[in-house]
Amino acid sequence: MTSRTMQPMTAQQLTKKILASEELFILDVRNEEDYGNWKIEGGKTEIVNIPYFDLLEGVDEALDRIPNDKDVLVVCAKEGSSIFVAEQLVEAGRSRIHYLQGGMRAWSEHLEPVKIGDLRGGGELYQFVRIGKGCLSYMVLSSGEAAMIDTLRMTDVFEQFAREKGAKIVHTLDTHLHADHISGGRTLAVQNGATYWLPAKDAEEVTFDYAPLEEGQEMRVGNSCIRIQPVYSPGHTIGSTSLIVDDQYLLSGDILFVASIGRPDLAGKAEDWVTDLRTTLYETYRSLSENLIVLPAHFGQTGELDEDGRVAARLGDLYASNPGLRIGSETEFRAEVTGNLPPQPNAYQEIRHTNMGLLMPDCEEQREMELGPNRCAVHDK
Amino acid sequence: MTADIQTNRIVDCEGLACPMPIVKTKKAMEEMTGGEVLEVRATDKGSVVDLQSWAGRTGHHYLGLKEEAGILRHFLRKASDPEKGSGTRQHPAVISNDELNQKLQAGEVFRLLDVREPAEYNFQRIPGAISVPLGTLEEQVDTLPKEETYLVVCRTGSRSDLACQLLAERGYTKVINVVPGMSAWEGPVEWDE
Repeated sequence: MTSRTMQPMTAQQLTKKILASEELFILDVRNEEDYGNWKIEGGKTEIVNIPYFDLLEGVDEALDRIPNDKDVLVVCAKEGSSIFVAEQLVEAGRSRIHYLQGGMRAWSEHLEPVKIGDLRGGGELYQFVRIGKGCLSYMVLSSGEAAMIDTLRMTDVFEQFAREKGAKIVHTLDTHLHADHISGGRTLAVQNGATYWLPAKDAEEVTFDYAPLEEGQEMRVGNSCIRIQPVYSPGHTIGSTSLIVDDQYLLSGDILFVASIGRPDLAGKAEDWVTDLRTTLYETYRSLSENLIVLPAHFGQTGELDEDGRVAARLGDLYASNPGLRIGSETEFRAEVTGNLPPQPNAYQEIRHTNMGLLMPDCEEQREMELGPNRCAVHDK
Repeated sequence: MTADIQTNRIVDCEGLACPMPIVKTKKAMEEMTGGEVLEVRATDKGSVVDLQSWAGRTGHHYLGLKEEAGILRHFLRKASDPEKGSGTRQHPAVISNDELNQKLQAGEVFRLLDVREPAEYNFQRIPGAISVPLGTLEEQVDTLPKEETYLVVCRTGSRSDLACQLLAERGYTKVINVVPGMSAWEGPVEWDE
């Protein structure tokens, strides 16, 4: 009997390892196409791809390529094939072999809550980092009430979190009609008797009732009056609306990211919306306080996370560092944001239709639609 | 769909997650003869890209996919040895894909025989082609009038070469092999819905 066994690793444990920059060797056994499309990145991970079907006869090919002195994580789509390969690696005498529990599907859905900061009157702002897909949700907490911004599909996580904080969810807001992931905003609102807010210009085809999110119409969370101020900021979509929270934070949706800017083409209107995008970034945002902390709805690479696992940057700093904010002429800007764009997110049309209420996919179909990276930024290659 | 696709074997992988659909497919393929067609019935959506990718790496031919009531029906043809190797063609009369396409566009009169397996024909064929799988040609040969011109097509030109030889032996004089055939066909195609 050997004492060597393979160990499961959860998506949460993997997240911690990446954020702590611990060394980890990843053997991704999915097919080359899926691997090429989307894989685990960040921290001190090293990754190779050998499809499991090349290892059915034996794992010699893998043994040659994986180190003996590091933790090894075998990854596949769900977990079956990674267990199959991991078992053989252990049988071949290797130790420190793990498999990713729930596979890339679990990785895609894992949410890591991180505190962004305190708000006046004892309030708090949290960011939920969907590290596998690069999506970010936000929760504003203030004296027993909560508002969710750009809610992801995993509504149970947010409900649980609000419960632990003793808060009732009263508002859910989407900064725009999302194209890369299925919004949980409406579901969360219905389940908690909250109001769902969506920009009216993005909602022309929706099939459900919502409250129109409009510039000038402020809302408050909790009796200590955390102010949420909508700012009309079109360009990624025609309705895109940013939110200034407590005069400190700028929730920029998919307009401005830490390392890039939003792409204008996901609703099929790249040419029309370029001018809007430029006006928003180079005029509207310019007129705001440089000290606002920008909190986007996405990130492109884990390098955008700081050492605490947060994605945030001072607006003034981004005008110096973000290539999307430093494009000289309107012509260059137009070329940059309409030409040479990355591929569109997986199933983005179906996702938009789902977020309008036109499609009602089941849980499994929703997972399939959301596979892959978010690709909402101009510079996501 | 009414007319079913004729295969040599069916592997049931319904309800199975990866790696099982590939493991079972591989095992079945090992027991089959080159050129035979296998249907794999799976429910795991991951099986689509995995089977296509696996087939590409192992030389088997992924014919196509039909989706019915949540069941993914994959059709694969086992690589046959003459196709893997550089089987030398023996029938002297050949024309290229382009020449065939020109003849079709010009409305020339001839019979186009597709000697691939029914499943291959089902997923992609030249409009007007008649399905006569190589294995059934011998028994069907008497139904083909001798005086007509026959153009014979398969995937790579090997099976059609064998078919041309058989027809020539039986006294057909106007028999031409289309090379390479469907693997490089760029003209019009049709398929069963």
